[in-house]
Amino acid sequence: MKISISQIIAFSFVVFFLSILWLGLKNNNNYDTKSLIGNKISNFQLSSIHNNEFISDQVLKENKFTLINFFASWCAPCRAEHKYLLNLSNENKEIKIIGINFKDKKNNAISFLNELGNPYNFVAKDLDGKASILFGIYGIPESIIVNNELIIIKKIVGPIDQKQYEEILRLIQ
Amino acid sequence: MSLKKIILLIYILLITSLFADNNKFEVLEIYKNLRCLICQGQSIADSNSDFAATIKLVVQDQINEGKTKDEIYSFLISKYGEWIVYQPTFNKNNFLLWVLPYLAFILGGLIIFLIVRKNKHNQAQ
Amino acid sequence: MLSSIGIILVFSILALSLFIIYNAYLDLKTPNQLVKKSIYKLSLFQTTFTILSFFTLIIGFINSDFSLINVYENSHTTKPLFYKIAGTWGNHEGSLLLWINILVLFSYLFLVFNYKHNKKFRLYTLISQNFLILGFVIFLLLNSNPFSSIYPVPLEGLGLNPILQDPALAIHPPLLYVGFVGCSIYFSAAMASMLSGYNGKKFASSIKSWVQISWCFQTLGITIGSIWAYYELGWGGFWFWDPVENASLLPWFAITALMHSLMVLEKRNVLYAWVIILCLLTFILSVTGTFLVRSGILNSVHTFANDPSRGIYILLFLSLMIFSSLIIFFKKYKKESYSFNLKSRETFILVNNWFMAFFLITVLIGTLYPIFLDVLTNLKISVGPPFYNIVIIPLVVPLLFLMGIGPQFSWIKLKNKKFYKIIFLILGAALINIFIYYFFGRYSLLTNLIFIAAIFLILQSFVDIRKSINKKIKFEYPRIISHFGFGLLVFFIGINHQYSFEENFNLKVGENKKISNYEIYFKNIKIEQNKNYKAVIGNFKLFDLKNNFVQYLDPEIRIYSNPETLTYEAAIKTKITSDLYLTMSNVSRSDYYNIKFQNKPFMIWIWISALIIAFGGFVQLMLKKNEN
Repeated sequence: MKISISQIIAFSFVVFFLSILWLGLKNNNNYDTKSLIGNKISNFQLSSIHNNEFISDQVLKENKFTLINFFASWCAPCRAEHKYLLNLSNENKEIKIIGINFKDKKNNAISFLNELGNPYNFVAKDLDGKASILFGIYGIPESIIVNNELIIIKKIVGPIDQKQYEEILRLIQ
Repeated sequence: MSLKKIILLIYILLITSLFADNNKFEVLEIYKNLRCLICQGQSIADSNSDFAATIKLVVQDQINEGKTKDEIYSFLISKYGEWIVYQPTFNKNNFLLWVLPYLAFILGGLIIFLIVRKNKHNQAQ
Repeated sequence: MLSSIGIILVFSILALSLFIIYNAYLDLKTPNQLVKKSIYKLSLFQTTFTILSFFTLIIGFINSDFSLINVYENSHTTKPLFYKIAGTWGNHEGSLLLWINILVLFSYLFLVFNYKHNKKFRLYTLISQNFLILGFVIFLLLNSNPFSSIYPVPLEGLGLNPILQDPALAIHPPLLYVGFVGCSIYFSAAMASMLSGYNGKKFASSIKSWVQISWCFQTLGITIGSIWAYYELGWGGFWFWDPVENASLLPWFAITALMHSLMVLEKRNVLYAWVIILCLLTFILSVTGTFLVRSGILNSVHTFANDPSRGIYILLFLSLMIFSSLIIFFKKYKKESYSFNLKSRETFILVNNWFMAFFLITVLIGTLYPIFLDVLTNLKISVGPPFYNIVIIPLVVPLLFLMGIGPQFSWIKLKNKKFYKIIFLILGAALINIFIYYFFGRYSLLTNLIFIAAIFLILQSFVDIRKSINKKIKFEYPRIISHFGFGLLVFFIGINHQYSFEENFNLKVGENKKISNYEIYFKNIKIEQNKNYKAVIGNFKLFDLKNNFVQYLDPEIRIYSNPETLTYEAAIKTKITSDLYLTMSNVSRSDYYNIKFQNKPFMIWIWISALIIAFGGFVQLMLKKNEN
């Protein structure tokens, strides 16, 4: 059977179309921003929940690694991940941990930290949630690890679990 | 009034519409172009979620600072990726998306042109 | 027990389709000009068993028979009866059974109603259709069986998603499937036509009514779906270019193009290959749409629960369909030679196809591009309303003009020039547009053009209908009505889009807010416990300061228990001139409620226009019936 060019084009197109659908099916996953690493943190200024002190992006240059953790007293998974943050702050001087209290009340946050322990070098407040947008956060808990050049090198969406804790340890060696 | 004058009048009126009141800054248009990341297919304008509420505040702030639509989009794309805008940016990844439909349109027009031209040929003979 | 009955019935459908294929194949070889009686009987049995199986499932839902997993997963004893029944097809497995019902029903009806047509053609159609039925029945049995049973029998079901408990959504799938699935029959007919070498004109007349029916129901189905989205989903819009919506729109473009090209094939016996391609393409698009919706490959607010194994099966079926139709097409394709005069109706029908193809390709590319990009580069992008609006809307302007001008041309060649009338109408439209522009508010150049073009089509339709009534040319009525409806639709969507306003603000009980010429007072919150949900009802008093009257609006937040869902019910006051739309959601960890207030002019006219478009199609069917 003689095969013409239009037949070849038609068949190739169909094969291409079906392959895309097949690969798309296998590839399927929900969108998350985990892979959005490599971006630079923009300028920010956040005030403490305790007093009038504030920190800015300059504080990130002070340490080789900084972990910025978004949490709230009303967030249940935040309790589950808290122990890993405590471990990181106690056993590791390589990494500084900054907490950003998201859409929360001061007293509730302080009770939360009194109850579970305070792993944070500094606790900032983000009453309306706008600061979270600066960091590319869309839900809590969420944590990002930044190096001293202000580049995001890791994003953890959701609570930190054992596996991610170990990854963080490997990363900061 | 002659036909020509009527046409001219309409033409002028249409041209003035080019300078129509499009400077009204449509915040809503921006909200509708942003995607709610934690919802199943809703824009920031339509979503009741917490995330949407926060984004609206941030966008509002930026507008008050005088940022343009495109600057706001670039800002959010840098934080959340291109997934967050519903209108795909025209870059090397997406240009096929924007160009292919028009290519198809031109191709279709060409086919019709050829069919009609063949008729003219036949008629001429 | 229902489970066993159901499964037996489904197996008999399977067996019958195999028998039909075999017997039809044998009958092809006989020299007899008439189709063997036994084949009719088999087909009738098949239809009966299929309908019975569907009723079996419905009974399962009515009785809340939770021994069927499908009923357990999708129903609940406290569900109102109407929604228990609608729950039958509101889920993946049940809707698949509905698909099969329509495939089988159309298979039988096509066989019977086309008794005047060539035997080989009808038999090949039956064989092809039964292969499709076979494919779906096997899919049902292997992967998505609504009759699978569960033991021990649970006492209570998981419930039906509350947003599906709406009258519009109850009839939306059946309507849409008559369109979606109905086009399977002319897919099969196209295969049959190629295999039997059937005459183009006769082929066209055999499928004409079927194309018309599927077009009407597809139009209705899409319209009802949009009405549901508007009244039920609480965002105030009715079309989002969501993948599921696009999946229903793609076949619609193809059927519209096919419906127009059929006229050329019937009248002048050309465009045969193109009509065949459209017939094949339409059902291929339907199945592709089903794949996109049910496999979980796309993220959407409408999707059924995701299950990748479904995707694999549907993709396999789709591939077989495409390859077999492509191979047969290339084997049987005979080059046609034709040409059209520029000033002829045929050319304008081709132009319609040209535009439909453009819209189809745009929507197809828009829907598939994110998948394509993700697979190739791992980048995820969104393609949403702004893309489709920017690409499609500008071309609606020439489309509207052509819809008015095209039908003025006669077949083969235009006999006399009557262009001055058209220019007069365009000027009239421009004047009306200027009136709107200056008295109601200014808008962009593109919007001006849209209005002028839409108003022109409306005016031209008035002129045409007057001429048709005078000259008693009944066969023009359907075209005039549907084109008129389309002009109205674009016009009202334009007005609605241009003059709607929306205001978003936070309010506490007892507070007031003034917006343009309205003042909203948040009276109170009432909590009500209903049969299967708890409602937080907001009581709002709306003062219309300009027209000096008061309106009460009661939006709700509903908390359902089975399944645990939260929905927002908009308070909608529909009037002839506009709709008032109010939604409320509570701001977490605060006493404030986020209120969204919208005024949407001429909303109801959008629905009326869409229904007029469908009505034109029904008039065409009625005329054809009278003709016979």
